[in-house]
Amino acid sequence: MATYILKRLLAMIPTLIIISVIVFVLIQLPPGDIISANLAALQQQGMEVSTEQIEALRAQYNLDMPLPLQYFHWVFNFMQGDMGYSIKYEQPVNTLIWERLGYTVIIAVASLLFTWTLAIPIGIYSAVKQYSFGDYLFTVIGLLGLATPSFMLALILMYCAYTWFGISVGGLFSPEYAEAPWSLSKTADLLSHIWIPMIVLGTAGTASIMRVMRANLLDELSKPYVVTARAKGVRPLKLIFKYPVRIAINPFISTIGWLLPTLISGEAIVSIVLNLPTTGPLLLQALLSQDMFLAGSFLMLLSILTVLGMLLSDILLAVVDPRIRYE
Amino acid sequence: MANPELFKDLSSRRLTWLRFKRHKLALVSGGFLIFLYFIAAFCEFFAPYEPNWRNPKAIFAPPQEIHFIDNQGDFHFRPFVYGYSLTINPETWVREYTQDPQQTHSIYFFAKGQKYQFWNLFSAEHHFITTASGQYLHLFGTDKLGRDIFSRIIYGARISLSLGLIGVALTLVLGVLIGGIAGYVGGRIDNLIQRIIEVLQSIPTLPLWMALSAAVPVHWSPLGVYFSIIVILSFIQWTGLARVVRGRFLALREEDFVVAARLLGASQLRIITRHLLPSFMSHIITTATLAIPGMILAETALSFLGVGLRAPVVSWGVLLQQAQNFQVIVLTPWLLLPGIFVILVVIAFNLLGDGLRDAADPYGGHQS
Repeated sequence: MATYILKRLLAMIPTLIIISVIVFVLIQLPPGDIISANLAALQQQGMEVSTEQIEALRAQYNLDMPLPLQYFHWVFNFMQGDMGYSIKYEQPVNTLIWERLGYTVIIAVASLLFTWTLAIPIGIYSAVKQYSFGDYLFTVIGLLGLATPSFMLALILMYCAYTWFGISVGGLFSPEYAEAPWSLSKTADLLSHIWIPMIVLGTAGTASIMRVMRANLLDELSKPYVVTARAKGVRPLKLIFKYPVRIAINPFISTIGWLLPTLISGEAIVSIVLNLPTTGPLLLQALLSQDMFLAGSFLMLLSILTVLGMLLSDILLAVVDPRIRYE
Repeated sequence: MANPELFKDLSSRRLTWLRFKRHKLALVSGGFLIFLYFIAAFCEFFAPYEPNWRNPKAIFAPPQEIHFIDNQGDFHFRPFVYGYSLTINPETWVREYTQDPQQTHSIYFFAKGQKYQFWNLFSAEHHFITTASGQYLHLFGTDKLGRDIFSRIIYGARISLSLGLIGVALTLVLGVLIGGIAGYVGGRIDNLIQRIIEVLQSIPTLPLWMALSAAVPVHWSPLGVYFSIIVILSFIQWTGLARVVRGRFLALREEDFVVAARLLGASQLRIITRHLLPSFMSHIITTATLAIPGMILAETALSFLGVGLRAPVVSWGVLLQQAQNFQVIVLTPWLLLPGIFVILVVIAFNLLGDGLRDAADPYGGHQS
């Protein structure tokens, strides 16, 4: 087992190297850079900027180096925990990023839990009571959930919360807690705000997992061993949960890794609509203003999270499913 | 199936069609989609107005209702709508439109209206529905510039729906080609392609899309942006399909009929195109159908964020950009109508894909 985990960890390294190259190319893709963009803005205001000043600025952010050198500079600093300097926000990226990343992870994990606690029981129900009224009802709801763009769902939920409960639900905290230090009441405040992004993000996942669970379990239920067990008089509940459910659930553990990128992607757009202090809005701003260190660090960290998620699901799967060999 | 004897002489294509026909929902969805694509193809004719035409008499005006009976209780064979009368709420200073029974605007079918360039080929002025000149018809209301939402949704359908189709076509070519190479050649090339797919799939999609589309130069023509968005969306989407194709190739490569063809001296190209591809074409078509809604949703999300298609291009995502905050739902909920169309189209594609999957599966007969 330990060697298996070690092997998987080693396999992550080339993946991460390629991702870092892709990310670097990505943030270099837009024509021009933030210095020239800022420069244009300054000149529009009638400010004179000398060429020496521009060159000095470029040198300060290593923009005067050839690209491969810039890449190595960026990667080595990144590995040492120095993610560069956000030109737009005039702050080190490190101070901007960690709290937001933390909230992103919290929301993603909460949505994951929401998805599972809802989707798996419903999937089991739909499979066991195939073609019943409930099965059809959940299928319809699931389809709607799958088809509704997440930002629309967010808008509609915000509207419902506003008209029915009279609460404004943007953000993750009420204004009085936003800057406050952590306390029990702040955590409670977070919990009272987090359910909307959780539902919005979890809905699409719930819909698809529900259907997969139903299909998997239906496949299992028609197998001879289930028929045999039923014929021998095993109690229906025990019959379902003892073997078929355990087998049908396996694919979900292996797909946690795939679900995480989806959640992080979805989180980006939902948090822009809901005005959450997470990675999404800042990443969008950074990309639009070509704040390359900030955008690059975000993309890189989100990718690392995803790769770690996949590693986690591989390990979990190896633990849960004895049929997997550790080669 | 009830009586296998009845079906034994039918071709497999005919059998597939028979199985598909039993899926009433898939059938209806297919019809609905064909209908929408038809309207999108001839959107100049079906839309009463040009997408960027402004009605200065109606800013943020609510949808009009179609009437047959006027306020005197007389029945009119020709449907009509009431014009707007504008009042400004003295407390909130919000413009409020009420439908004024004094102004009736009759709806004419196949009549002359605004001039337009049909497919940029020739100019025409007949519309499916229109009103007399000086009168107006806003079935879905208007936006902040007084543009007709109904017309804009119809024009947007052309962009959003075609983007899904072209995008999936590109995805299909990439996925089948690369997945096919990986599965058929195998070995180190397969390994390399697998790694590339893993890397691409481990970058969160939406941030990657955002980064790529933020890199599209601002000064590009609308058509250039349109195609670059398609390329960007397909750039990620092909990976899923390539995996499916690869798996199929690996499984089929060792099948007896392929081995037989190889031993008979068939060329690689012939084996692939004549023997391998047909045997899982139906599967690929199904996967592609189920991938289209993903494309449409992605375009909607990107345009909503302002990094996808940009005005003056009209797509459903661009239209939804006006619904950024929830005051919109309170004051002008009809701006969300394009979203309803997105939902309907995505559901229809999903149902159609499900139907196709069941129909294409020759072993699926036991389910009924």
